[in-house]
Amino acid sequence: MDQNQIIEQGTKVYSRPRLMDDRNMHYCPGCSHGVVHKLVSEILDEMGLEDTAVGIAPVGCAVFAYHYIDIDWVEAAHGRAPAVATAVKRLDPSRAVFTYQGDGDLAAIGTAETIHAANRGENIVIIFINNGIYGMTGGQMAPTTLEGMKTATTPYGRRVELNGYPLNITPLLAMLPGTSYVTRQSVHTAASVRKCKSALKKAFEAVMAGKGTAVVEVVSTCSSGWKMSPAKANEWMEENMFPAYPLGDLKPLE
Amino acid sequence: MAKVIGTVVIDRERCKGCDLCVVACPCDVLELAAKDVNDRGYHYAQMLNADACIGCAACATVCPDACIEVYRLMQK
Repeated sequence: MDQNQIIEQGTKVYSRPRLMDDRNMHYCPGCSHGVVHKLVSEILDEMGLEDTAVGIAPVGCAVFAYHYIDIDWVEAAHGRAPAVATAVKRLDPSRAVFTYQGDGDLAAIGTAETIHAANRGENIVIIFINNGIYGMTGGQMAPTTLEGMKTATTPYGRRVELNGYPLNITPLLAMLPGTSYVTRQSVHTAASVRKCKSALKKAFEAVMAGKGTAVVEVVSTCSSGWKMSPAKANEWMEENMFPAYPLGDLKPLE
Repeated sequence: MAKVIGTVVIDRERCKGCDLCVVACPCDVLELAAKDVNDRGYHYAQMLNADACIGCAACATVCPDACIEVYRLMQK
């Protein structure tokens, strides 16, 4: 049976999410951002939140997220996405508000906003893309960079005595009483993508039920910043990132 | 016994040749074009071994650029 017959007689089991805009994404080949964008589009579509969702775009590689998902967006100053999200959610509580931040945005310049928004228990979803590097600006060391990891600003590897320890911020957020659901996922295999999707869905459900801040960390790759092929970057992530940032629910939803 | 067959349609111009779908495919159906490139200069993904496809959608699930559509058919 040839391809056309299968297409005519079979069922379509996977297609481009309806909420994704038609333009090509600016991300490097193999970037995890694309997969997470897809998941967000699928979930908002499935939950019928297309007209009520407001995304807060960060500064970082995902600064153009508003170009790619066809919902309402607000662009925040660097690191201030949880503060803007707080305002949006308080002014119109019927909205499904989420922030989409990288590790340079959330764990460096935006640490205060993130921790305080979570501590106040704002009903927002925080999507945290952690690839341990500043991807957009040329692969400099981020707070989440692993010990010994080579970056543009730590060419001999991160040294704890000079650069401090990697900041593991998600468990800090899990300790706060304001958070309802804190989880750490990845998107490097088909199975992990499906798991990440159900975690994101749970996070949006928790927030819409008014249970408090939901945080979904996605341990990701940056093949350009790490200077590896996308497939090699996934292997490197499994070997090095997962021991430092183990996957799973840090605070299960009650 | 019923057999599941599938096929994929790849948006060649949207593909960035990241190779993740090739790695994700459990049946070794896909490959990157060795010489040909799309308008943006990427070696796009294509079907090498179309008969082996089972329409599991692993390739499309991991594709960061959402350029793969998957079709599945139950053959009796």
